Amino acid sequence: MKFDSPATTNAIDQLKVIGQPVSRIDGPRKTTGTAPYAFERHDAVPDPAYGYVVGSAISKGRIDAIDLTAAKTAPGVLAVVTADNAGKLAKGSRNFAALLGGPDIEHYHQAIAVVVAETFEQARAAAQLVKVDYSRAEGVFELAAVADAGNPAEGNSGPADTQVGDFSGAFAAAPVKLDATYTTPDEAHAMMEPHASTAAWNGETLTVWTSNQMIDWGATDLAETLGIAREKVRLISPFIGGGFGGKLFLRADALLAALGARAAGRPVKVALHRPLMFNNTTHRPATIQRIRLGATKDGKITAIGHECWSGNLPGGKPEAAVEQTRLLYAGANRMTNIRLSALDLPEGNAMRAPGEASGMMALEIAIDEMAEKLGLDPVEFRILNDTQVDPEKPQRPFSLRRFTECFETGAARFGWSKRNAQPGKVRDGNWLVGLGTAAAFRNNLLTKSAARVRLDGRGVVTVETDMTDIGTGSYTIIAQTAAEMMGVPLEKVVVHLGDSTFPVSAGSGGQWGGNNSTAGVYAACMKLREAVAQRLGFNSAEADFIDGQVRSGTRSVPLVQAAGDIELVAEDGIEYGDLGKMVQQSTFGAHFVEVGVDTATAEIRVRRMLAVCSAGRILNPKTARSQVIGAMTMGVGAALMEELVVDKRHGFFVNHDLAGYEVPVHADIPHQDVIFLDETDPMSSPMKAKGIAELGICGVAAAVANAIYNATGVRVRDYPITLDKLLPRLPEVG
Amino acid sequence: MKSVSYERANSPAEAAAAAARTPRAKFIAGGTNLLDLMKLEIETPSHLIDVNRLDLAKIEPTSDGGLRIGALVRNTDLAADPRVRRDYGVLARALLAGASGQLRNKATTAGNLLQRTRCPYFYDTDQPCNKRRPGAGCAAIGGFSRQHAVIGASDACIATHPSDMAVAMRALDATVETIRPDGATRNVPIAEFYRLPGETPEIETTLAPDELITAVTLPKPVGGKQIYRKVRDRASYAFALVSVAAIVQRDGSGSVALGGVAHKPWRLEAADAELPRGARATTALLLGDAKPTRENAFKLTLAERTLGAVLAAAKG
Repeated sequence: MKFDSPATTNAIDQLKVIGQPVSRIDGPRKTTGTAPYAFERHDAVPDPAYGYVVGSAISKGRIDAIDLTAAKTAPGVLAVVTADNAGKLAKGSRNFAALLGGPDIEHYHQAIAVVVAETFEQARAAAQLVKVDYSRAEGVFELAAVADAGNPAEGNSGPADTQVGDFSGAFAAAPVKLDATYTTPDEAHAMMEPHASTAAWNGETLTVWTSNQMIDWGATDLAETLGIAREKVRLISPFIGGGFGGKLFLRADALLAALGARAAGRPVKVALHRPLMFNNTTHRPATIQRIRLGATKDGKITAIGHECWSGNLPGGKPEAAVEQTRLLYAGANRMTNIRLSALDLPEGNAMRAPGEASGMMALEIAIDEMAEKLGLDPVEFRILNDTQVDPEKPQRPFSLRRFTECFETGAARFGWSKRNAQPGKVRDGNWLVGLGTAAAFRNNLLTKSAARVRLDGRGVVTVETDMTDIGTGSYTIIAQTAAEMMGVPLEKVVVHLGDSTFPVSAGSGGQWGGNNSTAGVYAACMKLREAVAQRLGFNSAEADFIDGQVRSGTRSVPLVQAAGDIELVAEDGIEYGDLGKMVQQSTFGAHFVEVGVDTATAEIRVRRMLAVCSAGRILNPKTARSQVIGAMTMGVGAALMEELVVDKRHGFFVNHDLAGYEVPVHADIPHQDVIFLDETDPMSSPMKAKGIAELGICGVAAAVANAIYNATGVRVRDYPITLDKLLPRLPEVG
Repeated sequence: MKSVSYERANSPAEAAAAAARTPRAKFIAGGTNLLDLMKLEIETPSHLIDVNRLDLAKIEPTSDGGLRIGALVRNTDLAADPRVRRDYGVLARALLAGASGQLRNKATTAGNLLQRTRCPYFYDTDQPCNKRRPGAGCAAIGGFSRQHAVIGASDACIATHPSDMAVAMRALDATVETIRPDGATRNVPIAEFYRLPGETPEIETTLAPDELITAVTLPKPVGGKQIYRKVRDRASYAFALVSVAAIVQRDGSGSVALGGVAHKPWRLEAADAELPRGARATTALLLGDAKPTRENAFKLTLAERTLGAVLAAAKG
């Protein structure tokens, strides 16, 4: 189905199932431990051998020699695979560093061997016996040292540089201006389930039970890396214990399980052990960002400039932190640019709202600082500079932008008017209390997505698509879509996901999964409705599918009759025309945060949070709310504690486990409120929905930072905002 | 696979004897730290002596009015004991500031005293560490040192001791009771129990390899306001940047020990004497010899301000 004109009234608009706060249909399996994850597929592979991954102990250089003698003769060892004996390996198009390194080493803990043994303990013990001689090479590990020499690099959806009007002239002439530099650190996805795969060969055919957000990318890149045909690889990934972008791509677990299984001649499972994950896999790259704002005295932005610098392995991409600035605020004179330097740290790549999450961390502090310079309330300043068109291309309107309403709704709900604009003035016992706000912004991305739908003789509708559920609620919203479309209750829908033999979907990433995958199911259901109508003798354009019946005029036939003994099957997908080019599709929000800062220790604790979201139709308010409060929690982590600390001498992330890399715990997260503006965006898809999962994180950290400033009068521009950054400037204990 | 032999001891002296006759043996109780370290191959004992069945899980009064805490008393039980809560509040609070409910249910009194540092370089077997491999060098020195010691460190090691409980025990002048294979017992004041790293950071206490902790005794209650204040980056389940265990009497006198600043709970009796003069005077003496790194110098300010808040709370 081609979607190239705005959606009109359709079956989804009935909202009998869609839009209802349905509990996730996979919930009982997860809470009873009966949802099988990749490392526990005993059902499919009863007797696997275990692979344990050996990571490089240096960041850059060469392996001079590997001595496998002791490891190979250790008890239970079946095989040891290294780059020397793995056979010829290519590199998947989405990997920058080799997943099995050697002799050249590209980053710390790059996999250099997998030891396969009868038991996990035997594999782990033998892995310690792999003796490696390295020659270290000089590496570049510090972004700040090389940022100035960075090269222009394209963003996720735009060019390296943009310019509109005369930025330098307007900035120089502006009566009120801000020129500030901000930094964000490297961050880890730190999902609960590690990267894990179980691989089994049947002749030339490979099956991998894995944990991957993008099944088609994974299968394609695994086939390419192994040099076998795509059709010979099957990926199965029905349940995923979190990804956040860390499982978008083929990673070492899947490749090494496949290689290990081939070498051992039996199925092998591999999980990356937690201390290896942080340097072996991908992370959100650190940024340095300079923001310049110029405004008239009454608060109209006349000049807006945003530059960002990040680093990555050769071939890697930048953390494109300026792209939201191209779209978020009005202003006639604009410039942005993206610069990228080569670093020898582990591979940087997408993490929840790549680019925008980092960019909003900086931009939304800058906006707060500018509002203060102007003597304007930060909510008022943002509303004053709202725009209904793409500010770089004013002929392109936003499809739907209720930015102002997000702030007005949120300010009223949060009690924003009680905020004392003068920082450091509100005390509650030993706490300095402050309020902060920030905008949320994330683009809505359109990606084609397909599905297959079956109707059987019992009236059960089965959906098959390679879409994944990474904890987001995909199973549930897909079931709701099929139920709505076919006019059956939710209990009559079965959803199968995450199998590369199913039609290729959008997958999970970039907050594109919800809208696109359900639109694909919509398309397949439209085709199934046609088949049903034809079989039952209805004109499909006139037939309604309601309450298990197919109706037209006075005639009504049970849906189940359409299948009879022969199952009806339909397959289709959604594809997008030029609507996304003619209009700008984005999602918007406003975050409000209250923090307390301990007057003595500068410990920072979030006390209240609110997010207001304008994100098209909310397909399921319950799962959508879960996405947003999870994202808000992640934003608190980014604001207050998350940082992969670089050892600048040796080039690796030092705090590479969940004790050292702190993410918020329950005690850090207070009551969280989420409001969804009631709306539909007919330009997005027949579902009229947009993404929500990444909108929720964008701006949160800045709202926390702004609240800390309001509480203490101390402005911190380097994340995370830990107490040591406040202490030197905190008022004396009174 | 590295094989580990295992035995269950029937008496404290027998456990000590087992340690004496078996090279590279370790006692195991709750296992909350040891098993993690074994999985990471940081600890590689060849023999485990399970002491869990020993009769060391009681809390009893001592003849001089104090409390004798068996080595196997679980952290949860110790924190909940009414006598501890009433007379040794700093200890109950320190225990509850540490780890998580699940870990405290398993972790024992002696095991808590003996837990290893959380230095990230100690945890990375691809990095040199003098605690893991004596003589290998210390990757933390010159590296990421925000969490590390600001005082009492050496050129061989800048690690801190992670325990909260031990900091309170230090402020309370606890005594560690031990037994040897021949049944000989001794009482080690906690002030003499921990070692500074010096040239041998792998040796963390004054215990002999075949010496088993049987109990920790607390002296007669001293009253006063007893406060444990732990400062960390997140609200729970994190090690202290700085912690303060303080017992403050009505006249301002008392004792104070710091966690998160040194290889052991840090207390100087001479600094206690400064308590009536306030936090600045006390920390000036207590941390006077500090040699912080650029990354952890904030701990000096933080310790002073935290102690200030503790003393203010003690007055209130």
